[in-house]
Amino acid sequence: MTTAATDPARSSAHARSSPAAGARATDRARRERRLGWALTAPALAVMLLVTAYPMLDALWLSLFSYRLTDPGGREPVGLRNYAVVLADPLWWEDVRTTVVIVLLTVPVELVLGMALATLMHGIARGRGVVRTALLVPYGIVTVVSAFAWRSAFSDDTGFVNGWLGLGDLAWFGHRWTSLGVICASEIWKTTPFTSLLLLAGLAQVPDELREAAQMDGASAWQRLWRVTLPSMRRTLLVAILFRTLDAYRVFDSIFVMTAGAQRTESVSFLAYRQMIGRTALGLGAAVSILLFLSVLSIALLLVRAFRIELVQARGA
Amino acid sequence: MRRGGRGAGWTVGAVLAVGWALLPVAWILSLSLKAGDDVQNRRFLPTAWTLESYRVVFRSALFTSALRNSIGVSLIATTISVALATLAAYAIVRLEFRGKRLVLGMALSVAMFPVISIVGPLFDVWRSVGLYDTWPGLVIPFLSFTLPLSIWVLAAFLRQLPWELEEAALMDGATRWQAFRRVVVPLAAPGVFTAAILTFLFAWNDFVFGISLTSTDRARTVPAALAFFTGASEFQHPAAAIAAAAVVATVPVVLLVLLFQRRIVAGLTSGAVKG
Repeated sequence: MTTAATDPARSSAHARSSPAAGARATDRARRERRLGWALTAPALAVMLLVTAYPMLDALWLSLFSYRLTDPGGREPVGLRNYAVVLADPLWWEDVRTTVVIVLLTVPVELVLGMALATLMHGIARGRGVVRTALLVPYGIVTVVSAFAWRSAFSDDTGFVNGWLGLGDLAWFGHRWTSLGVICASEIWKTTPFTSLLLLAGLAQVPDELREAAQMDGASAWQRLWRVTLPSMRRTLLVAILFRTLDAYRVFDSIFVMTAGAQRTESVSFLAYRQMIGRTALGLGAAVSILLFLSVLSIALLLVRAFRIELVQARGA
Repeated sequence: MRRGGRGAGWTVGAVLAVGWALLPVAWILSLSLKAGDDVQNRRFLPTAWTLESYRVVFRSALFTSALRNSIGVSLIATTISVALATLAAYAIVRLEFRGKRLVLGMALSVAMFPVISIVGPLFDVWRSVGLYDTWPGLVIPFLSFTLPLSIWVLAAFLRQLPWELEEAALMDGATRWQAFRRVVVPLAAPGVFTAAILTFLFAWNDFVFGISLTSTDRARTVPAALAFFTGASEFQHPAAAIAAAAVVATVPVVLLVLLFQRRIVAGLTSGAVKG
């Protein structure tokens, strides 16, 4: 729960490099440093090769008017691609759609995940069964999950309208119903992970704390908000951070369920459609850079907000 | 209070949770067993069961090659990713050098990275260097996006090992490499295994690279093939065949998950709670 756990390496290494003879110690430190770099270099190189290099390439491409179908017509256009994207109402609509999906899925995942974690933590019998069942959606391929939900709701193969007595409602014929099914599928697929994460956090909260609160007459609701949730703050923040960034990058489900029809296109989908679908690499690269910048700013904002939170929590 | 949940409310909650988790899976299973007109009967269960859709799927060259590609690419990516991650995690946990923050920071950034952003440039580069529509063309991006997970899981695991044993081996005159191979590797095996399972699940789930960097059955993976699968003929509704393919794609991961659930849960949550 503390940051000390992040630095065990430092403590162990310090313990070993005892103040022995000066020259030998620095020699050993140098060898250790070299070995450290040698062991991490391959992993670092692979990660850089496939993220940093293409990202710089995207930055470069975004300054050109460049279509794969017309390589000869490639010409530098400065920042015009960005101007084109930012002036296009479609970009802003896709941003809004993506934000709506984040706002509809992440809070539900957290509440449902917490409920499932509480269930698994508290139940006397059947915990293993619940956990096993929840691991199934976690393991399933996102495309399969999206297909299952699409075929369950679609008006030619689906059973959902029959079960709910909705007649011939065309779920994928309207924007909000389509978004609803997309979000439901995302929630189903990702809540199990959230709940397992929160369960691990919940297990770290000492039972005595809650028992003491109960003795003092706190209701179950008060215990949850005043004792349990504050004690697992760190886990909650990690869950929020990762789920928000993940939800903002939503792509697979939309591809399978609507292919962006009924104005359900996300920012990721727009970038994909420009680059791979229309082979407009220049314009697509500009969308990619903007997507990258939005993810980066969300990450920085959340990390910053959480740091303040954590500092306050420690101070209190 | 921990073991207190025995009332009817808890049981109802557990039944609801299990039902919610399994209903969509039961649905594709049921859909995959439907025959002919049943596909569009808009009921949950088929009126007659048939394995015809599975026959269609396994006769389809597109799907069988996709299955081969998915298994091959995921296994290769998992093996290399876990090997590289083991070395990196060992260095992060055991050695004192400045680069370790860089590696951890890099891993975190890659984990948050919007994959779509690099698909265009990769597509462009892969086409010019001949990696487009090949196994290595998928293995390389899989590697870089599974490395963060493997590094985190392994570093969290290695931190808990009894390192005195390695110290003792070094004292007794073993070289670092000998100590690593004879002492550290056997101790770390369960963590390596956990990282391998999680990495495999991650690679198996990939869709973005699968559709962007492949075009034929040379390298197209199962999730990508599923999205483009249209069934045996245009006169048949493709839903049942797609469902059968989806079930086939799901069986290996569900087996993995069920067999190794303790490890998976421990591995998934190790970094987040303590890290």
